Amino acid sequence: MKNWNQGLIECVMAVGVAVSMCGCKGDKGTTGPQKAVISNSGSDTMVNLAQMWAEEYQKVKPEVSVEVAGGGSGVGIRDMMQGIVDIANSSRDMTDSEKEQVKRNAGKEPVEWVVGYDALAVYVHKNNPVESLTLEQLASVYAEGGPADKWSQLNIDIKAAGGNDEIVRVSRQNSSGTYFYFREVVLGNKDYKPGSRDMSGSKDVVELVGKTMGAIGYSGMGYATDAVKFVKLSAGEGKTAYEPSLENVAAGHYPLARSLLMYTLGQPQGAAKEYIEWILSPAGQEIVAKSGYIPVSAGGK
Amino acid sequence: MPRNQKHSPADKPRAASLGSRIRPILCVLRGPVYSFLTRLRRILGVASERTIVSLIFLCGVSAVIFVFGIFFFVFREGAPFLRDAFDAKEFFLSADWYPTSASNKRYGILAQLIGTGTVTLVAMLVAVPFSLGAGIFIAEFCGKKTREVMKILIELLAAIPSVVWGFIGLMVMNPLIIKLTGAPIGLNVLNAGVIVGLMSVPIIVTIAEDAIRAVPDTYIEAAEALGATRWQLVRKVILPAAKSGLLAAVLLGVGRAVGETMAVLMCTGHSINIPFDGKAPFFHVLDSVRTLTATIAAEMGEAPRLGANPDGTFPPEALHYQALFVIGIVLFAVTFVINVTADLIVKGIRKRK
Repeated sequence: MKNWNQGLIECVMAVGVAVSMCGCKGDKGTTGPQKAVISNSGSDTMVNLAQMWAEEYQKVKPEVSVEVAGGGSGVGIRDMMQGIVDIANSSRDMTDSEKEQVKRNAGKEPVEWVVGYDALAVYVHKNNPVESLTLEQLASVYAEGGPADKWSQLNIDIKAAGGNDEIVRVSRQNSSGTYFYFREVVLGNKDYKPGSRDMSGSKDVVELVGKTMGAIGYSGMGYATDAVKFVKLSAGEGKTAYEPSLENVAAGHYPLARSLLMYTLGQPQGAAKEYIEWILSPAGQEIVAKSGYIPVSAGGK
Repeated sequence: MPRNQKHSPADKPRAASLGSRIRPILCVLRGPVYSFLTRLRRILGVASERTIVSLIFLCGVSAVIFVFGIFFFVFREGAPFLRDAFDAKEFFLSADWYPTSASNKRYGILAQLIGTGTVTLVAMLVAVPFSLGAGIFIAEFCGKKTREVMKILIELLAAIPSVVWGFIGLMVMNPLIIKLTGAPIGLNVLNAGVIVGLMSVPIIVTIAEDAIRAVPDTYIEAAEALGATRWQLVRKVILPAAKSGLLAAVLLGVGRAVGETMAVLMCTGHSINIPFDGKAPFFHVLDSVRTLTATIAAEMGEAPRLGANPDGTFPPEALHYQALFVIGIVLFAVTFVINVTADLIVKGIRKRK
């Protein structure tokens, strides 16, 4: 008797589960296509900006939902190549081999959109007496074989401010777009000196610098906090040093200004096309300025 | 079966009220219906028996399948690097880790090997004395109530997620180390060693306690009868008798320390650096390092997984991803050796008993 009852219960449960599963499928089928989804992923530098765009666009076009993910420029480009996302955010140009892969795998040319500019800021602890550095000094701190390991070698007396004389170099993980940009522009594509603390995010760099008296690090200018300050940069000895700001980038004075890019597979269609047009419109560019970056129209490059 | 054919007393009044015309029909139908149900039940019973047996078998072998599956996939992803670019001397003896260099890509993991080694060493220096002490105390010296409380608390220690440990290292240990030692940065071997040491305490304590409790009572009683003090009892009787079990406990702790990822990523400073040099004190515990596991965790996400060119060779950018998997193979080999050694030691104890 008991056995037979149990069998019955199992049967009923199995049918119930099957029915409820069918139900789920049905629900998905009916609500899915009503909302267009634009997905973008990539650059860690741009993730805050991309998020703000997505939120604002939700107000402009409620029927379109924009999904944003970080991961790094390389991840975004890979996701776009595999068709996981519509738009790749990147703080560096695509490499030739990446373009090659896109063409071979997807059969389409990647299209590049400049959506804003970023000044790559050099951060130090707020109590660090350093005011300005030349690009050569930066290279001698960061490049392989560069001689500067102590603040005193840069004529900076950090001990007076209560710090340790050793320069704590804070860098990024070796696949980040920011890492590539800094290496190209500051180090002239030479390798980094080993021993830098390699952080996995733009924010982590600024946080570590804010907690470490003798630290120096580079990150997007939008990540500044109260615990750190910008170092003014000059292109060479005897030239004027400029701090990263909208005006200095627009005038072309600041030496570490770079483009913030979006990539699509071929010319974008439909919702993605409208989204990029909106980003390049005054409404979208206003958000670029709001998030601490530089709008395309003001970019002096 | 016969029970089903009989009417239970409770059915009787209802059956009577249904009227005499339905009753014979029911009686006629009852035979075939019951025999059908019996057969169905038997078929279902055999089928479900088989399903359950095979399900349990599948659960049993799944661990083996997963281990071999993981090994296969890790090896497959790393294989092109091993074939095309692997130079054992450079890979293990060079500290130049430049997998994304613009001009000269180099794949040397010496710094990471030493980083993993030093963090594990410091972790064991922290964990082993504390854990063995705690194990001896819990197994032999404390009362039953204290033992229960201690065991629960130590198991609670094992339940803290590693990212929380990393956070403690970042927010508590980092400023503390800077303040106490004057080091330029508090994210270093010492910080990670202490954190990972605390993380491996629960494993070591649990196994050490088992090993100590497995020491036959007769040994202890004999020692006490001879007038041994507690210290003599521990040093001369319990520790030698539980030696292999304690060694296995420490080895499993080492395995835990080698494999730990998130906490060391946050606490070591993640810096390619060998914390040894010719100047005294030779081993600089306040240097930042980087471990094998943290290298994989930090770089795997962005290393491009590129396919082979039509002629079967890989573009140079693809080697980074593959090299990370070769590091995975190295880690796999290290932890495998540690665990097998610990296992053999534990088996040795069981056999002797």
